[in-house]
Amino acid sequence: MNSNILSFENVTFTYAPEDETVKPAVKDLSFSIQDGEWIALVGHNGSGKSTIAKLMNGLLFPQTGKVSAMGRMMEEESLWDIRSQMGMVFQNPDNQFVGATVQDDVAFALENNGVPHKEMVLRVKEALHQVKMEAYFDHEPHHLSGGQKQRVAIAGALALRPRLLILDEATSMLDPQGRMEVIETIRELRRATGLTVISITHDLEEAAMADRILVMNAGHKQLEGTPEAVFLSGNQLTTMGLDLPFAMRMTHLLREAGVELEAEHMTEDELVDDLWTYYSRK
Amino acid sequence: MMEKMIFGRFIPGNSIIHQMDPRAKISFVFVFIAIVFIANSAVTYGILLGFTLLVVFLSKIRLYFLINGLKPVFILLIFTFFLHIFFTREGDLLLDIGFIEIYEEGLRQGIFISIRFLVLVFITSILTLTTSPISITDGIEVLLGPFKRVKLPVHELALMMSISLRFIPTLMDETGKILKAQMARGSDIGSGPMKERIKAVVPLLIPLFVSAFKRAEDLATAMEVRGYRGGEGRTRYRQLDWRFVDSLSLLVLAGLAGMLWYFRV
Amino acid sequence: MDILLQEVGYSYAKDTPFEKRALTDVSLHIPSGSYTAIIGHTGSGKSTVLQHLNALLKPTEGSVMIGERKIEAGVKAKNLRDVRRQVGIVFQFPEQQLFDETVLKDIMFGPLNYGVPEEEASRRAHELVEQLGLPPEVLTKSPFDLSGGQMRRVAIAGVLAMEPDVLVLDEPTAGLDPRGRREIMDLFHRLHIQKGLTTVLVTHSMEDAARYADRVAIMHNGHCVVTGEPEEIFSNEEQLGDYRLEPPRTIRLQRKFEAKAGIKLGAISLTEEALAKNIALALLEGRDSE
Repeated sequence: MNSNILSFENVTFTYAPEDETVKPAVKDLSFSIQDGEWIALVGHNGSGKSTIAKLMNGLLFPQTGKVSAMGRMMEEESLWDIRSQMGMVFQNPDNQFVGATVQDDVAFALENNGVPHKEMVLRVKEALHQVKMEAYFDHEPHHLSGGQKQRVAIAGALALRPRLLILDEATSMLDPQGRMEVIETIRELRRATGLTVISITHDLEEAAMADRILVMNAGHKQLEGTPEAVFLSGNQLTTMGLDLPFAMRMTHLLREAGVELEAEHMTEDELVDDLWTYYSRK
Repeated sequence: MMEKMIFGRFIPGNSIIHQMDPRAKISFVFVFIAIVFIANSAVTYGILLGFTLLVVFLSKIRLYFLINGLKPVFILLIFTFFLHIFFTREGDLLLDIGFIEIYEEGLRQGIFISIRFLVLVFITSILTLTTSPISITDGIEVLLGPFKRVKLPVHELALMMSISLRFIPTLMDETGKILKAQMARGSDIGSGPMKERIKAVVPLLIPLFVSAFKRAEDLATAMEVRGYRGGEGRTRYRQLDWRFVDSLSLLVLAGLAGMLWYFRV
Repeated sequence: MDILLQEVGYSYAKDTPFEKRALTDVSLHIPSGSYTAIIGHTGSGKSTVLQHLNALLKPTEGSVMIGERKIEAGVKAKNLRDVRRQVGIVFQFPEQQLFDETVLKDIMFGPLNYGVPEEEASRRAHELVEQLGLPPEVLTKSPFDLSGGQMRRVAIAGVLAMEPDVLVLDEPTAGLDPRGRREIMDLFHRLHIQKGLTTVLVTHSMEDAARYADRVAIMHNGHCVVTGEPEEIFSNEEQLGDYRLEPPRTIRLQRKFEAKAGIKLGAISLTEEALAKNIALALLEGRDSE
């Protein structure tokens, strides 16, 4: 059993290969994702994130290097088979809703893969249950909120029972509540099924929940590691146009204001605990 | 104005008409359109009108909404009515005030044509008001099925239609939004001389096209990633369910045709 | 310029089976020179209120005073151009309104519509491009060749070029990355002060409302339920909860700290800097006194 779900080996991609003045969108990128991991791929707008997403699902092929998924090299012959094992949710909730109603949309990928009708009915129900949208079975997309549409999109991906779920900026157009809904759904899914997830995002609060973060900058991998490790390189992130999580920003500001906190804090509760120790010590 | 038009819109419900199979409803409408032309007398037109009102009643769509929502159609109706009254010069002279002469045949024709027009508009509106666009598409796809043999891309046509329908509200919203954004920048489509108005359409149309293309591109990507490769090897999630009511409705229609034929002059 | 909504009601598609009530009895005063944030849950009527501020929608009940101009339900309002020139709106995802061949022409579109001479409009465009931190060479480019963030700035420039007295912002930073978000919000705040604008910000971000606004109005189910100063609105967590809103993170953290340490900080922390200062004050002061 190969536990390597997706890997990039020295991948370089340029939109205009003949023009040497155009910098490659992705430069010599290598990483791999194991079964059951949650990876966040972060970077500001224009850092090469969206190109990577297209390389992951075979919408683009690299000029050099190798992309493989589910233990197979990504090429024309393996493409559809690989795609049937990965689900993808995109940025704009409206532009990926194919079906006329919620249930039709969830069934879309199943129809494409020739799943028999009886089985489809079961899977549509099951997938909508997983994202807690069963009450909206017959709703039309324009009566749903952005967060709800994204949850339907997740259900559409889950219905195929994929091994990998890719969220390509899936929360960036949502209001705070919609963002929470989607993030909660993913956490719940991870708890229940241990599904492998890649979230591509510029929101570091969201990235903080992942097991591992890859930071992209100008087409190459700038940093890689656990959220704690990545956030420790604070200034490097801010110069790249990314924002530290709130608790870390506060830790820095408090230090500037003269409160000598020693550790870095990822969550508000940790910070409050530390402040309390500081307070009770005085 | 547009908001009040109900032509082509769908009002969800659970009347017997709502629950009918779209194939039955579409066939019903087409057969009905043909049958209407059998009528040629007061009795037959009376039967048609009565039958139509019965269908409206069964659909549980309020007659008030139907009439209110079809106002623009009524203007056309009144226009044709008077056209017949004024320009048919057969039968007895009923009324003669100066230049207006109304003949019996003219009045008869005017009323008949109006009824014919009315029942056609009502029945087709009932179809769209009680059937979701996606069901209509499903119905059409199945009914056109036999034409696949002559290489008519039935599946693609149906998919195109259902996606277009799905995006109508989205694009309507967007049109409203862009229109307002440009109005806020002083562009005015609603007033001024014709030339100015035409010029004001450009700032509306270009963003709409740009966004429609962007949406189309995104949608194509999403569909491809979700494994869409055309109609071959695809299964269908939506199954149509032909029930007794559906057969009955077509039988009733046959009965209606027979009755009209019998009372025809 | 003052804007005053008096008992405004609004229904979409009035008198049809699709009628939908969006606003009921909304009274709201936006004083000249204020920075007002309108907050509320999605679907609370925020966007509908916003469109009344420059008569893009006319109330179906009540009236709206925009400066000297009164727009009343049931009364035909003619010649709204003056109102619309004075009240500029930056809609959500404003880059969708770009259409012209070049950035320069697009920015000049608004001013030219309102009769500003060509030379003056062009001068404003050049100035704004610089103010918004765009390189001057974008002026001759097609707006569709720019990056998403740049398009956003050009669209904002197109509204600012009309030199409105009131600037209405509908989620102006939605979809931007953190740096872009901060830059744009800071820019609006700078303009608000420099040009003495009246600013109305419609937002989901309690943090932005707390940081920038001097007045806050809460919309809930089509009603304007509360108006007040940010300090009082955001310190009343119970009330926020009633309208399904969360307090800004700074206040949430402040409360957690207060609960844990069993003390009260002197002031409500509307910004991160203020929170750091307030906590530092509490911690260090205690230390000095010992």
